[in-house]
Amino acid sequence: MSISKKIVDDLVANDVSFITTVPCKQLAGVIEEVEEREEIFHIPANKEDEGMGLCAGAWMGGKRPAIIMQNTAIGVTINTLATLTQFYRMPLPMLISYRGELREPVACQVEMAVHTKALLNQLNIPTYHFHKEADADELDAILKYTFMCNKPVAILTDASFWGGYGDQ
Amino acid sequence: MIRSEILREIAPILRDQLVVCNIGLPSQELHMIDDQPTNFYMLGTMGLSSSIGLGLALSQDKTVISIDGDGSVLTNLGTLPTIANNVADNYILLIIDNGSYGSTGDQPTYAGMKTSLTAVAKACGCENVVECQDVDTGKVLQAALDSKKMTIIVSKCDSGNIKLPVITKDPVVIRDRFMTAVAS
Repeated sequence: MSISKKIVDDLVANDVSFITTVPCKQLAGVIEEVEEREEIFHIPANKEDEGMGLCAGAWMGGKRPAIIMQNTAIGVTINTLATLTQFYRMPLPMLISYRGELREPVACQVEMAVHTKALLNQLNIPTYHFHKEADADELDAILKYTFMCNKPVAILTDASFWGGYGDQ
Repeated sequence: MIRSEILREIAPILRDQLVVCNIGLPSQELHMIDDQPTNFYMLGTMGLSSSIGLGLALSQDKTVISIDGDGSVLTNLGTLPTIANNVADNYILLIIDNGSYGSTGDQPTYAGMKTSLTAVAKACGCENVVECQDVDTGKVLQAALDSKKMTIIVSKCDSGNIKLPVITKDPVVIRDRFMTAVAS
């Protein structure tokens, strides 16, 4: 089974039925899988804070949401995470491509990578880092944890987890 | 008319609907005029009233009215293409366009200058976009509800504020009360 399929299977098994996405090359496979599933309403967002607003509304409407985005979005969404998701105590699984880690070909991506965990830590956001494919075995438990505690939770997925960038 | 006068006039229409209300003075005014469990007051996060309302409308059947301002829509302009391309006929976006950032001291917005949010919404692909004058807001809002079609209303009004207290309700209480009303 492909890792993208396994991830989306876990989302569906945990009743996640409203997913917003802002694309990243690393996440292309999982976004494609989200789009194909009938159980999921997929709504692409133009910016990640907008996506978090959509997710807040969906959750208040009775659906379990998730956002799929790149780690650069942490810089975009700090205010939304603090004043909407956390302030109103709402659950939000964030599946995040962790650009700027080992095997990264684009130097600028490293500039946000070095701040990613520090920012998440500063925000007291529970953070999990998938580096090897077997790390995704915890996704089911992470999703249950997120909807148990009503917090935003970050799942960082690096290039090694996705199998690198192919021939550079 | 200024925003608070419009809210006072449309309060009887709003009270039967789910309302997501913009940060700052709009929420404080609505809270003072007609506090309802069906009102979700934003205490922060400028710009996301339309997004929260759309997510809510797409996730359940009751009608949702997002009350937004011209300044807030400008700060989250990406919301309009998302709304246009994800039609929810139980969704109304009411933009109270006074051409200024009311909550911060009435600094002018570009919507009060060359930029028409009505034209922007249409260009983004929104199909039912109605621009009206402040005095007609109630009539236009009721017509949008009756049409059962997703509608964007741009209500042009005067800039100006009234003095009133901040909302001191706990955000989790506001949210829990609202979710109970949504599910009832």
